[in-house]
Amino acid sequence: MSEILVLVDHVDGAVTKPTTELLTIARRLGEPSAVFIGAAGGADTAAGQLRKYGAEKIYVVEDTDFKDYLVAPKAEVLAQLVEKAAPAAVLISSGGEGKEIAGRLAIKTNSGLITDASDVQPGGDGSPVTTQSVFAGNYTVQATVTKGTAIITVKPNAATPEQVDGAGAQEQVEVTISAGAKTAKITASEPRKSSGRPDLTEAAIVVSGGRGTGGNFEPVEHFADALGAAVGASRAAVDSGWYPHSFQIGQTGKTVSPQLYVAAGISGAIQHRAGMQTSKTIIAINKDEEAPLFELVDFGVVGDLHSVLPAATEEVNKRKG
Amino acid sequence: MNIVVCVKYVPDATADRHFESDHTVDRVGVDGLLSELDEYAVEQALQIKESAEDTEITVVTVGPDDATNAIRKALQMGADKGVHVVDDSIAGSDSVATSLVLAEAIKKLEFQLVVCGMASTDAAMGVIPAMLAERLELPAVTLGSEVEFEGDTVRIRRDGDTATDTVEGTLPLVLSVTDQSGEARYPSFKGIMAAKKKPLETWSLSDLGLSADQVGLSTAWSRVESTEARPPRTQGEIVTDEEGSGAAKLTEFLASKKFI
Repeated sequence: MSEILVLVDHVDGAVTKPTTELLTIARRLGEPSAVFIGAAGGADTAAGQLRKYGAEKIYVVEDTDFKDYLVAPKAEVLAQLVEKAAPAAVLISSGGEGKEIAGRLAIKTNSGLITDASDVQPGGDGSPVTTQSVFAGNYTVQATVTKGTAIITVKPNAATPEQVDGAGAQEQVEVTISAGAKTAKITASEPRKSSGRPDLTEAAIVVSGGRGTGGNFEPVEHFADALGAAVGASRAAVDSGWYPHSFQIGQTGKTVSPQLYVAAGISGAIQHRAGMQTSKTIIAINKDEEAPLFELVDFGVVGDLHSVLPAATEEVNKRKG
Repeated sequence: MNIVVCVKYVPDATADRHFESDHTVDRVGVDGLLSELDEYAVEQALQIKESAEDTEITVVTVGPDDATNAIRKALQMGADKGVHVVDDSIAGSDSVATSLVLAEAIKKLEFQLVVCGMASTDAAMGVIPAMLAERLELPAVTLGSEVEFEGDTVRIRRDGDTATDTVEGTLPLVLSVTDQSGEARYPSFKGIMAAKKKPLETWSLSDLGLSADQVGLSTAWSRVESTEARPPRTQGEIVTDEEGSGAAKLTEFLASKKFI
């Protein structure tokens, strides 16, 4: 059975949930091989987790020599592994960095590329068939790669991670990184403070605020905390400087597909809908009964979020006991 | 400095976008425009031009006949000249082929800097800047939300999910900017008039030394097997808040769906 390479996304060896989802998908398609790029110590931390989710092999590439550079060296590492292992597919987490690595890898290996898959399943001949949600969630597209190695970036929550014991044999890989790949240098990095809330793209519930908050996100945050939800923001709120861009939901921010999406004071421009339209259940709270978002909600409250949300927060907390 | 800005002509996101029977995007039956996210790339180039004398901005696009409208808009904003690569055989190209055509077009131009938007608003892959860097063998500083020049050094702020990075590279390079990089200007009346006289060249595949079998739908590296319109969402219950009734009904709904 062919190997399926999974690029491991991790923070100092702590493997992210989307990586365990990729391993689960890889098992459907072939034999999952994790590619760990990082410090040698981190690989030992990661190995346990990778094995638990079915990694049969773990390729370990030490990055001391190139970790201060932008994505290009990682693409070279993967290209060398594609040559060595001849995998049937390479799976990478969707996101700014993941998509760039995938784009470079496609050119290096003369392969087809599919981005932002929300599902990947084996087709009739066993090769991967992807599902994507396109045109602001209005269409579902199925696609296949027809040349080279299938290079696929996969969105978070595309699969439920399954625990399956993998052999997880570690193999140190020596790679050569070209001078050309070391030309965009990361000269400073400032870690973002954690909000303590669930990660936006992985959360089961997301509560978002927009223009209607008037810059006061407290009611949104308190309601989110009562529901154990992540907090998001519309572009209008981000552009007004009320909430950081990393929380923006929509075309140029994050795309979320949670079980429940609550939009407070968000009118629902197409750009915003593109980022949340595939949510299972949608609730909107807006003073303006003409807000376009009401057209697609399962439940809507025409009212001021500044009174509705605090009262609802109190009610939710009371019910939780 | 010579700057090349890559732009895409896309179907209007607020229109009824759809696919043709061969699963390619209908680029003729829906009104098109310059991709909103590419306006930020044009704006960035214009800002550079304003601070550096002797800067010339060339806007390049690959697309059907109407794609000249995207170039026209960029020229109205203030770019100096346009190049439109148009050829029937390009229709249906995927990102691998499109990046090939764009890269060959860029190679024919003199440049120190290539500027791109973060992604198109139709396919939204966001891979073309990386692919161009790969094909042109240039450094890429990508997804800049702030851009700063210091001699030959380009420095950007890049907002990642877990950290904010400062990334720098030396010209020549490929730069991509996000929608956080600065509001794009509207064309002025003067700009609109001036654009009519700006040079706009049309190139075919053979002008780039490429042949039809290197591009297009039948050559693509990936294939769309099916496209299906998602059933429209149906509106549920809408209540009007009256003296706290909204919160009570909201909580009731959440409980009925087992969210609390």
